[in-house]
This record gives sequence, structure tokens and C-alpha cells, in this order.
Amino acid sequence: MNVTVPPAKLTAKDFASDQEVRWCPGCGDYAILKAMHKSLADMGASPENTVFVSGIGCSSRFPYYMATYGFHTIHGRAPAVATGLKLARPELDVWVVTGDGDALSIGGNHLFHALRRNVDLNILLFNNEIYGLTKGQYSPTSRVGQRSPSTPMGSVDSPAEACTYALGCGARFIARGIDVQAKELDVLFKRAREHKGASFVEIIQNCIVYNDATFAAFTEKDVAADMQLHVKHGQPMLYGKERNKGLRLNPQTLSLDAVVIGQNGVTEKDILVHDEKNRVLAGMLAALRPPSFPEVLGVIYCNPAAESYEAAVAAQEKQAKAKGPGDLDKLMRGGNIWTVS
Amino acid sequence: MNIQTDAGPRGPSATASKSDLDSIVVRFAGDSGDGVQLLGSQFSQETALAGNSLATFPDYPAEIRAPTGTTYGVSAFQINFGSRPIKTAGDQPDVLVALNPAALIVNYKNLRKGGLVILDSGAFKEKDMKRAGFAVDPRLDGTLKEFRLLEIDISAQALEVAKPFGVSQKEALRTKNIWTLGLVSWMYDRELVSTTEYITRKFGGDDPVGMANIAALKAGHAYGETHELSGDVAPVSMPSVKSEPGTYRLVSGAESLAWGLAAGAQLASLEMVLASYPITPSSPILHILARLKQFGITTFQAEDEIAACCAAIGASYGGKLGVTASSGPGIALKIEAIGLAISTELPLVIVDTQRGGPSTGLPTKTEQSDLFIAVWGRNGDAPIPVIASRSPGDCFEVAIEAVRLATKYMTPVMLLSDGYIANAAEPWLIPSMADFKPFPVTFRTDPEGFHPFLRDPHTLARVWAKPGTPGLMHRIGGIEKDYNSGNISYDPSNHQKMTDTRTAKISNIANDIPEQDVALGETKGKLAVVGWGSTFGPINRAVANMREKGLDVSHIHIRHIWPLPRNLGQLLKSYEKVLVAEMNNGQMLTLLKSQYLVDAKGLLKVSGQPLKIEEVSSAIRSQLGAA
Ligand SMILES: Cc1ncc(C[n+]2csc(CCOP(=O)(O)OP(=O)(O)O)c2C)c(N)n1
Ligand code: SF4
Ligand SMILES: [Mg+2]
Repeated sequence: MNVTVPPAKLTAKDFASDQEVRWCPGCGDYAILKAMHKSLADMGASPENTVFVSGIGCSSRFPYYMATYGFHTIHGRAPAVATGLKLARPELDVWVVTGDGDALSIGGNHLFHALRRNVDLNILLFNNEIYGLTKGQYSPTSRVGQRSPSTPMGSVDSPAEACTYALGCGARFIARGIDVQAKELDVLFKRAREHKGASFVEIIQNCIVYNDATFAAFTEKDVAADMQLHVKHGQPMLYGKERNKGLRLNPQTLSLDAVVIGQNGVTEKDILVHDEKNRVLAGMLAALRPPSFPEVLGVIYCNPAAESYEAAVAAQEKQAKAKGPGDLDKLMRGGNIWTVS
Repeated sequence: MNIQTDAGPRGPSATASKSDLDSIVVRFAGDSGDGVQLLGSQFSQETALAGNSLATFPDYPAEIRAPTGTTYGVSAFQINFGSRPIKTAGDQPDVLVALNPAALIVNYKNLRKGGLVILDSGAFKEKDMKRAGFAVDPRLDGTLKEFRLLEIDISAQALEVAKPFGVSQKEALRTKNIWTLGLVSWMYDRELVSTTEYITRKFGGDDPVGMANIAALKAGHAYGETHELSGDVAPVSMPSVKSEPGTYRLVSGAESLAWGLAAGAQLASLEMVLASYPITPSSPILHILARLKQFGITTFQAEDEIAACCAAIGASYGGKLGVTASSGPGIALKIEAIGLAISTELPLVIVDTQRGGPSTGLPTKTEQSDLFIAVWGRNGDAPIPVIASRSPGDCFEVAIEAVRLATKYMTPVMLLSDGYIANAAEPWLIPSMADFKPFPVTFRTDPEGFHPFLRDPHTLARVWAKPGTPGLMHRIGGIEKDYNSGNISYDPSNHQKMTDTRTAKISNIANDIPEQDVALGETKGKLAVVGWGSTFGPINRAVANMREKGLDVSHIHIRHIWPLPRNLGQLLKSYEKVLVAEMNNGQMLTLLKSQYLVDAKGLLKVSGQPLKIEEVSSAIRSQLGAA
């Protein structure tokens, strides 16, 4: 008789490695790590089939603190390593952890191609708008005027907007969350994992040492409700303490207006309903910036393709193998040969 | 037709000044659009099927379609074939087929005195000659007086033949390479079967262009026969070479290298992921493997060479054989990632098909100047095995050896080929897979006492534990690891120990590779000529020639460049003089000096062209003070 003992349900603790976590006290990375431990346990993920691949940066130390498989690679190249891994082992659940410098500066090209190819990876970009590990230089997401050791008079170049970039790269799953909002992150992690193809999640992360409170304009308790719009598919895009604020499409300018219900004749019917399959809308939402607009959070875009990259590759290989396995002796004797006796 | 015989003392063919007819060098040259490479490779195929030994040298420009008639648009294909073992594509052509004035001006100076020039007079119009740089008609002003000249209006012949098939003027003219092939096939008594089959395969049996080409082939052949080209260009029959019994084919270095990788993966019981970014002359490896999916081979055209190397590492991490292939500029981009594979001790095969450098250098020309980057070109103390193939056919075995070392020692291995080897073809005794001893890898599955940097006490290789294995979850990365646990460690003495261990692991490989042999000659004596890679042919032939003349010289050819064979130092010291011949500015020379403190001298050449036999011979003579 075969007795199958159902595996004991794993808890958040089972996903934490035995390594001492070495981020600065108060760093936003702790909260993300904790949320991930719990999410994976809730999802019933198996540690041996889960792999975290990262680049270089404070954020990229993440894999060391996971009791799963982990690969801390080189600066900017995690999407490329993860692509190779996924090609070799499509059945694995592969997560990429990267920072704003890692993903958008040195690794911008690899991120682009992983998204464009639609490799089934869950890519988490910890955006602290700074180079944490190298002690606080400005990053490609730093806002103009960012003072840092390398920009003592303030940075002068325009920042990249991570979700907009991902959309332009052809990503089919784009979401945004905040380090300390564990409940919301949990939803994003699950959705990202379920999505077949590349999933891109930007996580707003506070670097308490080099860029503290840079997101305060929408993360501080007293402003959060009025400055955060948590979008949900099929629901009107309302926010504010009294949920009387919303987004309305301005057909004249083909852009979004932040409006207040009851003011200037705005009614509930004017408020746009979120459609996560709408790429044009996703573009507009991703680009909204405080203080004129709320920060848009949640699943901004989700429009899966029929097949992920590695699945399409595997399908071709299956097709080739259908004619029988390769025979090297036969291959080398194909074409023009001659025999000497 | 007009045969000038000023310089030709006697016929037949082009070997007038040679005492025997045991080999002939023919060089085909024309515009990039003339189909010279096809002409050359089909002639090689026919020649191989006729049982001759041969070596080829495709020499083509970097421009895909340079403006017609320009010197920089000249594409050439050289073949040396004979009834004795042929080792190089030949120093000097005996016959030059020039399909336009530019092809003539670029190539005639290297033709042997008394050699035969066959040219397409239809392409020698006033403006064509001007464009090529002939101020006056070279056929009239004595430019070619040292050679014999056979002029045929090949263009007109080809047009005439193709006309009835209703193909366009342009397509009709494009049959001139095949017409020429027909003529040359007649000259050397070649069968037209394989070319006919090739054309039928390419165009289909009833395609007008295909039929025009077959007609052109026959017409060129018939032209030779009916015009009774006699005397100077009478047909020559080259007896077949005596070779080992077995089944043969022509193989290029790229083919045998790709097949060798596939064979290596099979012997290791692994599936393979080749990740690569297109670059000349490496790309054919990607193209060939992309068609071998049924062998469990996945190919990935990455966004750049960094990504290619990283993806290969990701595949190895996942438990497959990661392979990446490139050339100089691409190899430079992979360096940081190779360091990651060294640090995480993952198997990886890096194929470097070398070309002229630095920077973009000479993309289509050959060189051996990546030895330093292969052996020493990384940040940190980061040794890896480096091996080099000596000929197109040799790539097969060398690729298997690269896979064996990478998987047995959990290390990246650099395999050096070069543009000459990759493109050149030679007859190849086809190996049988049954003759190779398998070396299946074992993956760690036992959680008992596991950590990712547990080592085999003998090889020092770490365990290979792939994701998906229950109970073996672990983290690896490029930060230094604790010797006893694999966890991150910044401890000073641990870093010393890990660096020493990584170094010892690679040095130990010297005990797992053959001792250095002497390719030709004695294990001691007056002079050893040392080479590696594609210089094998010219060095070997030159040493053979000089030994026939009684000189005390031997040839040593190194396959394992790092670590070097354990007896090499002793061996080198048993000669009074050591001459290192290589196509770079002294890289192997420096390596050998630094390792063995030998007072070696160099024969160094970086012209983008293979070494010539005569260059090696004269260096040997001068080393030995012989006339
Ligand atoms: C090739 C290379 N260049 C530079 C560095 C130095 N470096 C390490 S992390 C980093 C920036 C990290 O910033 P980010 O990706 O935003 O990560 P954070 O530390 O903020 O989480 C840099 C420049 C490196 N490790 N490798
Ligand atoms: S430097 Fe900033 S991002 Fe890095 S660990 Fe410290 S707080 Fe976190
Ligand atoms: Mg950062």
C-alpha cells in the first residue's frame, strides 16, 4: 500500500535562509523580503523549484536571504543569466531581483530583451532612486536636481520612468508597489507568478541612508490616501480619503485629468474604469507623477501572450525531435563522402 | 583565345618548375558578387571525391558587396591539392583564375614565376582596368610577362549558354563561376557529378536558373575539350593520395567544431545550450548548431556577447552544458562573466574563433592574437584551461576535450580556433562516436553533509547541484565564498585558501592531459620550432623540407596552452635553440619564456594571412646558419 503523506504546509520562516541579513537597519529591503517569504509560503511554492537570480547592488543581495536556490550574478546581467536558466529549465519558477541602477543603467539592454522576448521571469525592480551599494551616487531614476557625491550641485539629466520603460520594451505584465505595503505586494507577487511570460514589478523602496524620504510626497501616512491610486481591473479609478478623487480622460488632450467628484460638474460616471489589458491606458497611468497626480499602484497592465519565449523555443525543439533523436554518426556521414579501403 | 607562352618553359599545366606533379595550388579570384567562394568550395568537393589530399583558404573581404570592380571587393579562394599529404593551402599559386582586372591586380604578384593566369577577357574593358588601377592594359605592357596567359571571354561564353533558358541577362552572367568551374574541372580531370547534384538540390530540377547553371558547367568542361587546350594547359590527372582506410568527407573548422561540441555534450550525458551573438568568423558555429535541435541542443541568439556568456552560465547553473562562441571583440565583452563562472565554479565552454585585432581589426582575416586574453585576460587571479585546435578536422577532438575538462573540473574552458581554421576545409576521416570514451557527469542529489563548494579531493572540482533538487537549496555568486560552507566570506585567510584552491584545481589538469609530443623530428637537437593552432601545416611542412635537406630541426605543436603539458619545460630545454612561430606579436613566445625561462626566439607575423612554408623554412635556415 502506498501512503502519500501530504507535505506539511510551509510557513514564511521556511523561506528564510540561515544567513544574517546585512542591510542597513530601517532599509526598505527588509519589508520586501518579509513579504516575499510570506507570499511564497501562501502560494504553496516549493523552495527547491524556486530560484532567485540577482545582479549587484544592495537589493541584489536578496537571494542570500531566501531558502530557495539563488544566484547572485554580476552587475546588470541577471536577466541574461535568468534567460539562460529558463531556456535550460523551463519548469523552474525564476525570479529576478534588481535595482534601479542594475536594471536601468548597466543592465538596461538585458532588461529590454528579457521583456521583449517575453521570457517567463518575475522581475522585481527595487527602485530607491539611488545607488545604494556604492554609497549614494544618483541613479537613472533620480529626479533632476538630486544631490549626491557625484552630483554635488544636483543632477541635470532627466530620469527614466521604470514602468514606462518596461511598457516600451514590450512587457505584458507591469505592476507597481511600495516596500512597506505587504498586503498589496502579496497580490502583485502572486499575479506576477501566475502570469506566463515576463512580469515586471517596480517596488518603491526607501533607502534610509542615502535617499531617505524621497518618496515621502506619496508614502507618508498623512498624504498616502490622497496621493496613492490603487488600481483594480474593472473598477473606477478612485482615490482620496473620501474616495471622491479620480481620473478622467480628457478627450481634447488625450491625457488624464485628476478630478474631484462634485467639483466643476464631475460625477462618478466621468471616472475612468481601469482596464489592465489596455496598453494606451497603461502608458498614461505609469507616467503619472506626484504632486500633480497620485502615484499609480497595483497591476497597471496585464495582457498575456499566447506563449512565453522559452515555451516557444521548447515547442520548436519538440518538433525537431519528433523526427527522431539526433544521430551524430549519421549526421557526419551525410552529404558527399568517400571511402578509402 | 590567346595563349601567351613567354615564360612557360614547358607544359603541361602549371607545375613547370616543379620536379614532380604531386601538388598544385590554384587560386580563384573575382568580384565579391562573382561567386568565387562557391566555385572554390565546389572544386574542393570534386577534388576530395577524386581522392586527392587538399587544403583550402577562403580569403574574402569584410564588405558584403563592395562596389563592383574595386580591389577591396576582391574575393579569393585558394586550394592546394595533391597526391601526397597536403598540409597548407600553399605559399604561391601555380594557377590564378582572375575573373576581373581587380582580381588580377591584387593577386598576380604572388603567382609563381611561370605560373598560369586564366582570365575572363570579357571583364577587361578599358574602364574595368582603370577602376582596378591598371593604367595600361596589363596583357599588353609586359606586366604578365613572367607568366603564361590563357584568355577566354568567359562572360560571353556564359551569356551564350544561359540564353536559351530564358533567364535574365544578370542571371545569365552570374553563371560564369560555374562555367569556370566546368573548365577547371576539365583541366584536372574532375567528375561533375557532385556539382550537378548541388545545383539540382539548390534550384530544383526544372528551375531555369538551375538548368542554365548546369548547362554552363557542361559548357565550360566542353570548351576545354573542344578547343584542344593543349600544351600549356593540357589536362592533368592527379593520382589520389594514399590515406588511411575509412570514410572521408570534406569538413570546415566551424563544422567539426560544432559537431565536436555536440559530441562532447553527448559523451557527458548532457544537453547543451549555445548562446551566441553573431560575429565574423564565429557565426557559422551558431548557424550549424541551430539546426541540431534534435540533439538536445538549444541555441540562443542573445542581445550581445555579455548576455550570451551570461545565458550560457545560467544554463550551466541549471544543469546543462553552457557554451558560448565569439571572436575577439565579443570575447573582450565576455570577460567579466567568465570571471563569474570561475568564481562560481560552473562548467562553460568559450569558443574564440580568432581574427585580426585590436578592436574591429581585420574581421575576415586570421590571427592568433587572443592568446593573452585567453590565458591572462581577466580581473583577479582567474586561471582557466585554454586549448587550441590545429586544423579544421582537429576541432572535433579539441571541442570534446574542452567539454571534458569543463565538466570534470567545473570550470570555464577557452577553446581557441581562428578564421583560417573556421573557413578552411580539409578531407577528414570521419570519426565514430563509439571510439570515444564517455565521461558522464554526476549531479549531487544527496543532502547529507551537502554544501555547494564541497570538493572532489582528487580533482578539486566542486559538486554540481542543480535547482530543482530537493534538499540542496543553496546560494552562489561572485562574492568570495567560505571554503567550508560556500557562504559569503570576507575572511583574509579564506580568500588566500580559495584563490590557491582555484589555482591548484587548474594546475592539476596538467596531470590529466597528455605529455607534449614532438610532431616531427627528435626529442632533442639543435632547433625546435614551436607552434600552436592553425600554423601546424606550414610549420610541419617546412620542418619536413628542412629535415630532408639534412637540418637538425624538430616540430613541437602545443594543443594544451594552459595548463601547459607537464614535460614541456624539460622538452624545450633539450634543444639548443627554440623558435616560436605564431601569427601574433609574440604571445606564446612570452608565455613560454615566463614559464620556463627559455631563450626562445620568435617568427612573428600579423598580416592577416596564414604563415607560409617558405617563411618558416627561411627562419629555420637562419637559426641554423644554413644557406
Ligand atoms: C561592472 C560593475 N560596475 C560597477 C559596479 C559597482 N556597483 C555595484 S552596485 C552599483 C549600483 C547599484 O545601484 P542599484 O542597482 O540601484 O542597487 P541598490 O544598491 O540601490 O539596491 C554599482 C555601480 C559593479 N559591481 N560592477
Ligand atoms: S544603503 Fe540604502 S538601499 Fe542599501 S542597505 Fe542601506 S538603506 Fe538599504
Ligand atoms: Mg538603487
